[in-house]
Amino acid sequence: MLIDIHAHFYHDRTARADWRERNRSRLAAGERMGVRWHVASILGSWGHTSPVYFPSPQDLSHGNAELRRLATEHPDRIRGYVAVNPNYTEHALAEMTAGKAAGMIGLKLAASRRADDPLLDPICQAAAGQGFPVLHHVWQHRRREWPGQEASDGVELCRLAARHPTVSFILAHIGGGGDWLHTLRAARPHRNVLLDLSGSGTDAGMLEGALASVGAERLLWGADVTLCTGWAKWRALEAMLAPPDLELLGWKNAERIFPKGAFA
Amino acid sequence: MIDVNVFLGSYPWRRVPGTSPEAVLGVMDRLGIEESWVTHLPSLFWKDPAAGNPWLYQTAVHFPRFKPVPVIHPGLPGWEADLAGAVSSGAVAVRADPGYLGLPPAGAELLGLLAAAGDAGIPFLAAVRLEDTRGRHPLDVAPELAPWMVRAWIRSHPGVRLVITHADRGFIEEVHFGSTPEEAARIWWDISWVWGPPEDHLAALLATVGVRRFLCGSGQPLRLAETPIARLDLMDLDAGSRRSLTHENARALAALRSPLA
Repeated sequence: MLIDIHAHFYHDRTARADWRERNRSRLAAGERMGVRWHVASILGSWGHTSPVYFPSPQDLSHGNAELRRLATEHPDRIRGYVAVNPNYTEHALAEMTAGKAAGMIGLKLAASRRADDPLLDPICQAAAGQGFPVLHHVWQHRRREWPGQEASDGVELCRLAARHPTVSFILAHIGGGGDWLHTLRAARPHRNVLLDLSGSGTDAGMLEGALASVGAERLLWGADVTLCTGWAKWRALEAMLAPPDLELLGWKNAERIFPKGAFA
Repeated sequence: MIDVNVFLGSYPWRRVPGTSPEAVLGVMDRLGIEESWVTHLPSLFWKDPAAGNPWLYQTAVHFPRFKPVPVIHPGLPGWEADLAGAVSSGAVAVRADPGYLGLPPAGAELLGLLAAAGDAGIPFLAAVRLEDTRGRHPLDVAPELAPWMVRAWIRSHPGVRLVITHADRGFIEEVHFGSTPEEAARIWWDISWVWGPPEDHLAALLATVGVRRFLCGSGQPLRLAETPIARLDLMDLDAGSRRSLTHENARALAALRSPLA
């Protein structure tokens, strides 16, 4: 059994004409791989009517509603993160409340505001109250500003995590671009930061480094937009780890940090 | 299965586990890879890459499941002898990645090597990249291959046959549909950087570019050798297409290689 803690779906108000096919493809590939749960987010309109990493409140509300609809359609496969833009505090808090009431199980922060900015504090306080883990988009070692996002790296996310020690933070996609070696150093001392293995990158040495840095109990399997690379990493892990540690990465760590009963 | 995109030896920019011939063979055994086309990785970074070729050829003799892909530097005097040595040593292809060798990608030196390789009937292999640009060492500034370079190469000589590794869907489409059918039929692509589901880039390319143009390649040990296999396992391929991708296309390309034989 696998829990993909970094999944995405699309909807009718994105620019993608093939959104149904992509959703179907994720679910079909997941069946083949043994993905029991896709824990997903939708970043507004995926750039159609507001930028992917700076989604408007209206787009976020629609995306979150579409994700709830998908979770209702697939109650035994899909769970949802509430996606918010921390520049709109009241809207973000309202979305979280509505999402929690509708069965969503975590919070997704993309790159609308630097991770260590004080604007994220009220949102993380709300996440603590709701028992939500926070999946935060991360650029592994941000050496400069990047277009299209206010990206954060591991050091910046860990500053936020230190201010909210009761919240579990999922540092997104160490295979998703950038220098994961920097991230491994940054995350090591922060016990409430877990590393998400997703991303298209399958650099040799990354899995070994992550295990050495934070241990199996702080790693989470996920795929993001490439299930194939997620599966490749899982197969490599099968050759590296004994079953108890594999179970931690594959689903037990996720069960531990998400609200109780999230995967019932 | 034949993996056409494999390296042996150390990498200068970070510690990489499992770069020895024995370690790579261990991974091949675990994943059912019968044969790998291998380059001596340090040679890509040496001023005179030919210094690594004797080791590469000896390793291929000692471990016959490795087929050598030596680096030839056409900017060095006497490179023609290096090419002849590659042919006589049973190289399955030769390579000269212009970004790493500091060569103009469509300059006289590289085009000269392409023509000579074409005349010798040996394929020319090059990587678009070795690592994701975003994660490279700050001093690792070798430019990536661009689609126009591959289009220039394939048009440069009628005998040129190219194996391009680490290309993504957009790159492949730009070259394939920017070439005549005759030119496109002389280019093979590995699937190491082509996404599977849910984006399904590989499925799209197999439908539009055609199964015959693709080879299995991983980029190991810099990247996980499991990746192309996972991609194939997530597709609904008929048995014939899977055989083409895993080994028949590579075997056919290798069989084309020796007009002198």
